[in-house]
Amino acid sequence: MHTLARRIIGAVPVIIGISFLIFLLMHIAPGDPVSLLLGDNATPEDIARTRNEWGLDRPLMVQYWEFLSRAVRGDFGRSLKFNEPVMKLVWERLPATLELAFSSLFVAILIAVPLGVYSAIRHNSLLDHAGMSVALVGVSLPNFWLGIMLIYFLGGQLNLLPVAGRIEYGVEVRSITRLYLVDSLITGNFMAFWSALKHLLMPAVTLGSALAAIVTRISRSSVLEVMRQDYVTTARAKGLSETAVIWRHILRNALITIVTILGLQLGALLSGSVVTETVFSYPGIGDLLIQSISARDYKLTQVLILMFAVTYFVVNLLIDLLYSVIDPRIRL
Amino acid sequence: MLSVRYLKLWVGGAILLLLFVCGVGAPFLAPHDPQAQTLEDRLRPPRWADNGSRAYFLGTDNLGRDMLSRIIYGSRISLMVGTATVLFAGFVGCTLGALAGYFGKTTDEIVSKISEIFLAFPFLLIAIAIMAFLGQGLLNLIMALMLSRWVQYCRVVRGEVLSLKERDFVTAAKALGGKDFYVLFRHVVPNTFASVTVIATFGMAIVIITEASLSFLGLGVPAHIATWGSMLSEGRSYINRAPWLTIFPGIAIFITVFGINLLGDGLRDIFDPKLRRQR
Repeated sequence: MHTLARRIIGAVPVIIGISFLIFLLMHIAPGDPVSLLLGDNATPEDIARTRNEWGLDRPLMVQYWEFLSRAVRGDFGRSLKFNEPVMKLVWERLPATLELAFSSLFVAILIAVPLGVYSAIRHNSLLDHAGMSVALVGVSLPNFWLGIMLIYFLGGQLNLLPVAGRIEYGVEVRSITRLYLVDSLITGNFMAFWSALKHLLMPAVTLGSALAAIVTRISRSSVLEVMRQDYVTTARAKGLSETAVIWRHILRNALITIVTILGLQLGALLSGSVVTETVFSYPGIGDLLIQSISARDYKLTQVLILMFAVTYFVVNLLIDLLYSVIDPRIRL
Repeated sequence: MLSVRYLKLWVGGAILLLLFVCGVGAPFLAPHDPQAQTLEDRLRPPRWADNGSRAYFLGTDNLGRDMLSRIIYGSRISLMVGTATVLFAGFVGCTLGALAGYFGKTTDEIVSKISEIFLAFPFLLIAIAIMAFLGQGLLNLIMALMLSRWVQYCRVVRGEVLSLKERDFVTAAKALGGKDFYVLFRHVVPNTFASVTVIATFGMAIVIITEASLSFLGLGVPAHIATWGSMLSEGRSYINRAPWLTIFPGIAIFITVFGINLLGDGLRDIFDPKLRRQR
């Protein structure tokens, strides 16, 4: 646990660096946010007063210090567009994004790991080549285009799935975790579950497709690598069944690489959610980020970007912890 | 397997060449001015569909602009942004990676810390953040993408230089009186080019998709310039009435990225020593 503590302490300067970078970006940006927000009719006095109210007339480092000290207390100020506390907006939208990200992850794992593993085991077979070709197509498909095409075919032409939102209008879910799928299951509200699932399906497939393609390729190469190891030959030589060799020896060792890639790709999922949520008008923090950028709500934009970055960083830290569970030789 | 390997290279190379030809020769290849609006011909379907016109092979958009010409001109932005980003990011990343790997100590620590901060952002998010604050524009876009991609080159080159600097040819070059910078950039760095070429190829595919995503979100180049991403974004509102507005730009992005990925796969197969031994 000593190394774990060191990793967490080591994360602090990186997170401070990230926040400073975002803060700096905001201040080197052309155009004064106050003038932009108040519009052309604002007098210089109005602008000066608002700048003073927001503390924008103070030295950069003072402003940054104040931002940091308030951030530590969880106070990120009020959104200029929505006129509500930034954190309230974030907490309202975050469950939707998490539900989308984890569903996409689930879709990707469900397709990619069996396909990748099977391709490796049947190396150079027709299925292997077909699987790898599909993976190449998946990596090359822009996911927002896939989303639009799904909307057109499944939503528009076949009218099978809803094309926007998170749940049908009028369907209520009792809020517990604010993850609609989980809450509707807990409360036994299957109509709400079905509605939420239908709304989630296309966004999750859209967001998960590129990840599925990457994970298929990584799973295949990782399993191929492990299959060449001496201990696999030994396991076979001592008479273990092929299923036991695959499950106990090959998969367990190949999982390390797969989990690493999944962890690294979770960041891509989070940022990809910005595009997917825009395509499906899905009310998550990605959609909120684009709204805040369009409205030049720099306070909200700054916090949302910081949140994405910190989440990505924390996920990677958790992935490191997961290593020691998968491979007991790795001690943190 | 050898032929398949070269097939990937040829097909990928041919697609990339097509992109270059379209981008460079756009004024000669495009049948219409991509900005010219013919309102009486608005939302005209492709030539082969009912009510299609011979004048507009891929149909027209909501302002009566020719889709084929806009797609051809759109390749210019993808090409320009892709090439410029790969070159700038490659230059910055390789230089910093080489310096960090070769000189180690403080240089390495500083470069590694900066890389760590950039690695803490998913690259699409870095690009979104920079474009959000700097605003639309081609130069801003290239800078945003460059800042989000340099770290990939830096990490790989640093790792390779760390291993290469211990090799005999480097010791020999130093023994012959070669100065550090000379040895690094004349002998060590050229040996990393195989890996850099592979990353650059895959990087170009990623950059083209990212550029399209940013343009789709309204964070790319200004709206009046035709790009595949902005065409998709504009066409989305007409998806049920005029699906060709979204289908064709999407196919253009897909074929381009697919071709570049194929080329990258082919190059990796050739440069990868493990695969070379298997041949």
